[in-house]
Amino acid sequence: MGEHISLTVNGTQRDLDVEPRRLLVQAIREELDLTGTHVGCDTSQCGACTVHVDGMAVKSCTMLAVQADGTSVTTIEGLATDGALHPLQAAFWEKHGLQCGFCTPGMIMTAADLLARNSDPSDEEIRHAIEGNMCRCTGYQNIVAAVRAAAAAMRDGAAAAPVSA
Amino acid sequence: MTDVLDAPPVSPLGKSIKRTEDPRFITGEGRYLDDIKLSSMAHLAILRSPYAHANIRSIDTTAAKAMPGVVAVYVGADIPYNPMPMAWPAGGSAGIQNNVSTPRTLATDSVKWTGEGVAAVVAETEAQAFDALEVIQVDWEPLPAVVDAEKALAEGAPQLHENAPNNTVFEWTVGDKAGTDEAIDGAEVVVRQRIVNQRLIPNPMEVRGNIGWFNPGTDEYTIWMSSQTPHIQRLLLAAFVMGIPEHKIRCISPDVGGAFGTKIFCYPDYALVLFASKQLGGRPVKWVEGRRESYGSTIHGRDHITYLEIAGKRDGEVTGLRVKTIANLGGRLSTIGPGIPTTLYARVLSGCYKIPNVYAEVTGVYTNTAFVDAYRGAGRPEATYVIERAMDLFAAEIGMDRAEVRRRNFIQPDQFPYDNPSGLGTASGGAKIYIDSGNYEPAMDKALATVGYADLAAKKDEAASRGKLLGLGFSTYIEVCGVAPSKWIGAVGEGWGAAMWESSNIKVHLTGKVVVTMGTQPQGQGHETTYAQVMADALGIPMDDVIVQHSDTQGTPFGYGSYGSRTSSVGMTAAVKAADKIKAKAARYAAHMLEASVDDIEIDGAEYRVKGSPDRKKTFQEIAFALDLAFDAPEGMEPYLDETAYYDTPNCTWPFGTHIAVVEIDEETGHVDLVRYVAVDDVGNKINPMIVDGQLHGGIAQGVGQALWEQAIYSDEGQLLSGSMLDYALPKASWLPHIELDETVTPSPVNPLGVKGVGEAGAIASTAAVANAVIDALSPLGIRHLDMPYTSQKVWAAIESAKGGPA
Repeated sequence: MGEHISLTVNGTQRDLDVEPRRLLVQAIREELDLTGTHVGCDTSQCGACTVHVDGMAVKSCTMLAVQADGTSVTTIEGLATDGALHPLQAAFWEKHGLQCGFCTPGMIMTAADLLARNSDPSDEEIRHAIEGNMCRCTGYQNIVAAVRAAAAAMRDGAAAAPVSA
Repeated sequence: MTDVLDAPPVSPLGKSIKRTEDPRFITGEGRYLDDIKLSSMAHLAILRSPYAHANIRSIDTTAAKAMPGVVAVYVGADIPYNPMPMAWPAGGSAGIQNNVSTPRTLATDSVKWTGEGVAAVVAETEAQAFDALEVIQVDWEPLPAVVDAEKALAEGAPQLHENAPNNTVFEWTVGDKAGTDEAIDGAEVVVRQRIVNQRLIPNPMEVRGNIGWFNPGTDEYTIWMSSQTPHIQRLLLAAFVMGIPEHKIRCISPDVGGAFGTKIFCYPDYALVLFASKQLGGRPVKWVEGRRESYGSTIHGRDHITYLEIAGKRDGEVTGLRVKTIANLGGRLSTIGPGIPTTLYARVLSGCYKIPNVYAEVTGVYTNTAFVDAYRGAGRPEATYVIERAMDLFAAEIGMDRAEVRRRNFIQPDQFPYDNPSGLGTASGGAKIYIDSGNYEPAMDKALATVGYADLAAKKDEAASRGKLLGLGFSTYIEVCGVAPSKWIGAVGEGWGAAMWESSNIKVHLTGKVVVTMGTQPQGQGHETTYAQVMADALGIPMDDVIVQHSDTQGTPFGYGSYGSRTSSVGMTAAVKAADKIKAKAARYAAHMLEASVDDIEIDGAEYRVKGSPDRKKTFQEIAFALDLAFDAPEGMEPYLDETAYYDTPNCTWPFGTHIAVVEIDEETGHVDLVRYVAVDDVGNKINPMIVDGQLHGGIAQGVGQALWEQAIYSDEGQLLSGSMLDYALPKASWLPHIELDETVTPSPVNPLGVKGVGEAGAIASTAAVANAVIDALSPLGIRHLDMPYTSQKVWAAIESAKGGPA
C-alpha cells in the first residue's frame, strides 16, 4: 500500500511504503519506531517533532513522508555518537534544561541547527532561534543556559571529544 | 553489592545534583503514552460536538461501520457506566446545595459544550478511525448557548441543566459577614473594583492519552494513562464509574510530559478505552487526543469574575476585605471543579496580610464551555491576584507607597500560628489549620534591593525619555500548599470527604540496593532524583544505590498523587518515615549481630555501632544482606528489610515571597515588554536547589503568560476561538526575560525535611506582579485597572481612551 520511499535515517538506509498523506513524523514514529521525536500539536507550532533533514532543522509534521524520499534524516536517537552524548545533550543534562522532557528532543535538534550556523550565539540569538519550539516547564531559562554551555564546549572542541554517557 | 566506604558518604540532600531521569529524555528514550505499542492494538477516535449547546435527536453510525479498517463504533447509549464522579462539592457535605452534572463516557441526550464526546470509532489505524468519524451522522437540535458566567446567571439566560436553576452550581460563603460589612461600612477608605481572572488553557506539551486493555483470561483491566493520579483513577473508575472491584483495574502512568493539573482528573476517555477493549474481547485500544481536541475537551483553568472591596485607614491599615466571585465551571463539572474556587481560593484571600475582617461569596456557574478545574496553583493564583491588585488599589487611593502598605499589614513573625479570618481556621465541623510560619519583610527587602526600588522614579524618567512607560509591580504572595491534612481536607464542611495522606515503601535487597516506591506521580519534577537524594541521606547510602519506582498501582502503595505542591512535604516525608522504620529494624538486627542491646546501637550514616566500642560495628549493607538471608535471625524477627509508612501531615505548608516585575510599555503601540523579573521565594529547605529554581522559572513563565498573552476565548455561540496552538498565545523564549531568583529560608515546622513545596509558587505569584507593573506604568494616564491579558491592542486602546483619543 502506498508510495515507496528510500531515505537514510541516523546513518542507516531505510525503505518504506507509506500512504501519500503520511507525515514524516508519523513515518519516523510509527514505521521506524523512533519515538524520541514527539508530537505536541497539530498546527506546526510546538516544534517537538523537529529533526534534521539533509542537515537542516525541520518540523517533521510539516513534511509528508514522501517528500523525504532520498534525503538523510537525523533524529534525537542519532545525535549521540559511539555512545557518547552530543555536547547539547550533555549541556541540557548539566544545566537542567529539561523537566518533563517532552519538548527536549525537538529543542536539542533546533539548537544543534543553530550551533551549526552560529558557534557563539548570544542569549537573544538563542531565544530567537528556539522561538518555534514550545516548552511549558522551564520558562526557557535553563534551555538558553544549556545552549550557551554547549556552544562553549563545542568551541573548546567537545564535539571531537564528547562527554561520556 | 555496594562497596563499603571508609567514611560515610556525604549526604546529597540539599545539593544541586543532575537528574537521574535525564539520560533517557535527552536521548529520545523516554517512554510517554503515545510511544507505547501493544500487539493487536486498535485506535480509537472521538466525535466531538460542534455545538456548544444542543440536543441529540439521533446518531446514525451505519456508514462509519462500513468504512475501511473500522472495528467498532460506539454511542453513549451503548455504554452502561455511571457518569464521571464529582469528588469535591463546594462546602463538602455541610449542607451547601451542589447541583451536579458530570459528563458521561459519551453524551447520550444533549451536549453542553463544543468538544463534548458523542460517538467513538475504533479502527485498525488512527487515520482510519478519523476517516470514519467524518461519516457519522448526528441529527442535532441546536439550542441557545451562554459562555459568560455573569450572563449565565442573568434572567432569561439559556438554561443548561434542569437540576441547576439559573445555571447555579452552588452558592458558598466564608468569613464573618456582619463583621466585614461593619468594617467596610464604617471605614475611612473603601476601594471597589471588578476584576476578571481570564480563562486559560493549561497546555502541557504532551497531550493526554490512554491505552485500555481488558484481559478476558483474568477479567482484569489495565489502563496506561498520562495521569498525575493513577491510584485515584483506579478507585474512581472501579467504584464510581464502572462498578467493578478495585483490584480488577491496574493503572499505569508512563513518563508524563507535563500536566499542570490537567492530568489529575477522571476523564470520560478512560472509561471509553476500557469499555472498547472489553467489547473487542481484549484488543488493546489506544486513544491520544490531538492538540485542538485537547483544547476543547481537557480542563481549562481560572475564569473568575470578581467584585472586590477593600477597606482601611488613611494610615495604611487594611481593616476589611469583601469579595464576591463568580466562578465559571463549564458545561458540566470536572472531578474537583467546585473545590478550587471555594476552599483553595476564598480561604486564602487575605494572603500574607493581617486583615481582621474578611468575607467572600462564591457562586459556581454552568456555561456552555469546557469544564474548569485545577490548573497550576488552582485557586491560589486567583486569590493572590485579588489581594495583590486590591493592595495596589488601596495604596493608590490613600497615596501611600505600595511597599509600605504591604509592610504595614504583613502578619508579623511573632504572630504565628496565625488564624486566618477568611476561613482556614474556621472550617465548620473540621479541624482548624493555621498559617504556621513566615517572615515576610526580609524577602521583600531583598527583592526591593535587587530591583533598585529606591531609584524607581529615575528609572521611569529614563524610560520616558525613550517614549516608554515604565512600571513596577509587586506580588507579596503566600500559598497554602503541601495539601493536605486529612482532618482538614476530608472534613465535613470543607473538603471531599476523603483523606490526603501519602505513602512510601522501602525494600532493601540482598545486594544493598534500596528500592523506594510511593503513591506520588511525577510529571517532570524530577522525583526519581529528589526521592533518591532524600533516601540516600536518610539511610546513609550512595544515591546510586537507590532505585525509585513509581506510577503503577501494581507495585506501589496507595497514594493521592502529585499536585498541590505536595510531593516533597507529604510524599517524601512518608519516605523518611519508612526509612525510620527500616533503620529501627536494622538497628535491632545489628544489636543481634553485635551481641549488644539495641539501646546501645548508634547509627551514623550507614554504620551501626555499639556505643563506646567503635570497632564493634556493621554496615547497613551487611545488615541487609544478613537479614535478607535470615540464616541467623533472632526469634520473632521477620526476615528482610521491607517497610511501608503512611504520613498524614498535621498542617499545610506556607511558602511565601516577593516577586517584582518591571515592564516597559510603548506608548505608541501599547506593546508591553517585560524587562526585568526578580523573585525572592521562601520555600523552606530545598532538596535540590537546581530543581527548585527550575520549578520557579516554569511557574513564573506560566503566570507571566496569563498576565500578558494567554486567554481562552469563546464566541457568544460557544465556539472556542482560541482553539489551536496557532490561536492561543503560549509564551515563547524570545518573549521572556532572564528571571532573577533569590531566596530566604524559613524551614517548614510541620515536616522533618523542613520543605514546603515549590511546584506552584511561581504561577501563584507572577501574574499579579506583572499586572501590577502594567497598571503602575499606565497610572500616570489615570488608568486604575485593566483586565488581563495585556495585549498590545488592549493596552493601546486603554492609552488612547485615557488620552481622549480613538478607542
